[in-house]
Amino acid sequence: MPAKSATSRKIMLLAPLLLFLGLAYVVPFLGVVRWSFTLPEPGLGQYRALFTDPLVQSVFFRTLRICLIVTAASLTMAYAIAYVWVRGSSLQRTLAEFCILVPFWISVLTRAFGWLAMLSNRGLINTWLQSAGIIAEPLALARNEFGVIIGMTHFLIPFAVFPIASAMRSIDERVLLAARGMGASRTRIFWTIFVPLTYGGLIGAALIVFVFALGFFVTPAILGGGRSVMVAELVYLRIFQSPDWGLGAAISVVLVLFIGILLALMRRFIKPAHLVG
Amino acid sequence: MPQSMHLGDSKAAEINAVSIGKTFGAFHALKNLSLDIGRGEFLTLLGPSGSGKTTFLMILAGFTAPTTGRLVMDGQDITNIPAEDRSYGMVFQGYALFPHLTVEQNIAFPLKVRGRSAADIKRKVGEMVARVGLGGHEKKLPAKLSGGQQQRVALARALVFEPAVLLLDEPFSALDKNLREMMQQEVKRLHQETGTTFVFVTHDQSEALALSSRVAIFNHGELLQVGRPQDVYERPANRFVAEFLGEINLLPLDTVSLEGDRAAGKFEERTIVLNRTMPMTGPNAVAAIRPEHMVICTEPQAADRNAITCRVEGATYFGASTKYHLTTRSGTSLAVSMPTAATSPIAPQTDVWVSWPMHQGFLLPAGS
Ligand SMILES: Nc1ncnc2c1ncn2[C@@H]1O[C@H](COP(=O)(O)OP(=O)(O)O)[C@@H](O)[C@H]1O
Ligand SMILES: [Mg+2]
Repeated sequence: MPAKSATSRKIMLLAPLLLFLGLAYVVPFLGVVRWSFTLPEPGLGQYRALFTDPLVQSVFFRTLRICLIVTAASLTMAYAIAYVWVRGSSLQRTLAEFCILVPFWISVLTRAFGWLAMLSNRGLINTWLQSAGIIAEPLALARNEFGVIIGMTHFLIPFAVFPIASAMRSIDERVLLAARGMGASRTRIFWTIFVPLTYGGLIGAALIVFVFALGFFVTPAILGGGRSVMVAELVYLRIFQSPDWGLGAAISVVLVLFIGILLALMRRFIKPAHLVG
Repeated sequence: MPQSMHLGDSKAAEINAVSIGKTFGAFHALKNLSLDIGRGEFLTLLGPSGSGKTTFLMILAGFTAPTTGRLVMDGQDITNIPAEDRSYGMVFQGYALFPHLTVEQNIAFPLKVRGRSAADIKRKVGEMVARVGLGGHEKKLPAKLSGGQQQRVALARALVFEPAVLLLDEPFSALDKNLREMMQQEVKRLHQETGTTFVFVTHDQSEALALSSRVAIFNHGELLQVGRPQDVYERPANRFVAEFLGEINLLPLDTVSLEGDRAAGKFEERTIVLNRTMPMTGPNAVAAIRPEHMVICTEPQAADRNAITCRVEGATYFGASTKYHLTTRSGTSLAVSMPTAATSPIAPQTDVWVSWPMHQGFLLPAGS
């Protein structure tokens, strides 16, 4: 049957990728799963610790809090950028495109240090504010949760822009014209027609940003200065500094399961093609 | 002018378009177009695709500003009044329903915009749903409706706030033939019931003739002729209008002479007498006769009819009518359409006479 052979040919084409993913991710992850049940001794002890250890608990809650704030902030700003990108004048579109694409060329490390140079006690912002006489003591902008949120939001905005812009682009212009023709003001059209028609994109963007944010490591490590440790950094610390491989592995397994559930949710709400705009 | 003022609150409006021009870059989409739209009339804008119909409708609605010219409504200049303040009803090509709102919410939208009370909205929406026959579908989303039902929602939504003018852009082009004819009757009924001024766009000539009180024919951004359906069909201003409104036979004439409102000329040595509808530009002209005005007969008939000799080439059966394809002696091809019931089949290659009443042919200038 032609349909069947076409499907099997597609699987053949995907085979190298599947093999690579299997060797690079699935096999090692199964090893991690095994550690979580066997180190330091076999049993569910590490998972019990996850729910009782106050340090692990506080890191979980901090991670959740930071991710929620970062998601809300990224979505708000991405919405504005996507709006200009999709509906602005041609100059505005070009500028927006530039703002979305340039960050992709700069590594996450460079961007984290860039923000450190802006936000630290002797950074640009504090120096300016002090020399302008607005503040006497430097503001605590970095090496805390605030710095982490700024750095992560900046990194994640472009990822939220694509699904939102895709939803905006698929709105039929005539629907908006129709609303205008019935006498609706621009504000009313925006809130009662335009925004509801982009809900799909917003949900997709929220899930992408949130899932990415959960696994952030470099940005919180640099801008948090060890004082606002997030889950990924905690795993690193457990495995490399206080050799506690079992707990590190158990945290990883829980994180992967949680992300898996979110991704499954995401598939329900948006088509994968929309994520890249 | 206060923002909240809605011009569309009177029942039916009269609109005068004065020398409207619209350019997109160097392209002239509308050229010096003047058109008076009467209070409560059903005016159809008819023309081929790309002739500027939508552009003109968008200018009427206020979505597009004309490059030159003015719009006057009930004596008031409205050229610079934006669409939201003109607030005409509009049915877009493809309906443009709000996809996230139910049928009921779609129809309620213009009333909500006007700040009507909840009770008032409920009553009006209920009335409108019943009027367009959507009972039982109130809570459905547009995607769950058939094309014809979506069309009814679009009509209801455009009429529920009793606009002074209803604009419709090719509303039925996506519907199949039966549904289209049903919706045409529905629109005609809504026009009679509401008494609102309707401006209807189509590229379908039979739809235009069937629905309108007047038809305005567009081509290449120009308004070629405006008139009642019988006027434009039977007395077209030029060859384009004549041919666009339906099939027509064209016989080149020479030595044309004029007598009063009649013209006479020679076709294959026979004298043809016709209505004279336009000023002559030279001695040569074309006789134009609709296929359904001609009959095939065995001998030339009475004195008030023209007749020419032809040979039958073939026939096409359309059920109610049969169309015969013929050629004249000099090779001009001709179509004659006759009620099937009134004729007996004629074999190909038969030599026959084709005749038609003198008052049903008309003269058009020669050349394109
Ligand atoms: N926004 C626009 N920019 C450039 N050209 C346009 C625009 N809108 C319409 N046109 C051109 O104007 C002409 C008339 O278009 P339109 O009014 O849509 O025709 P119709 O509705 O009769 O098919 C077409 O040739 C079209 O390409
Ligand atoms: Mg059009």
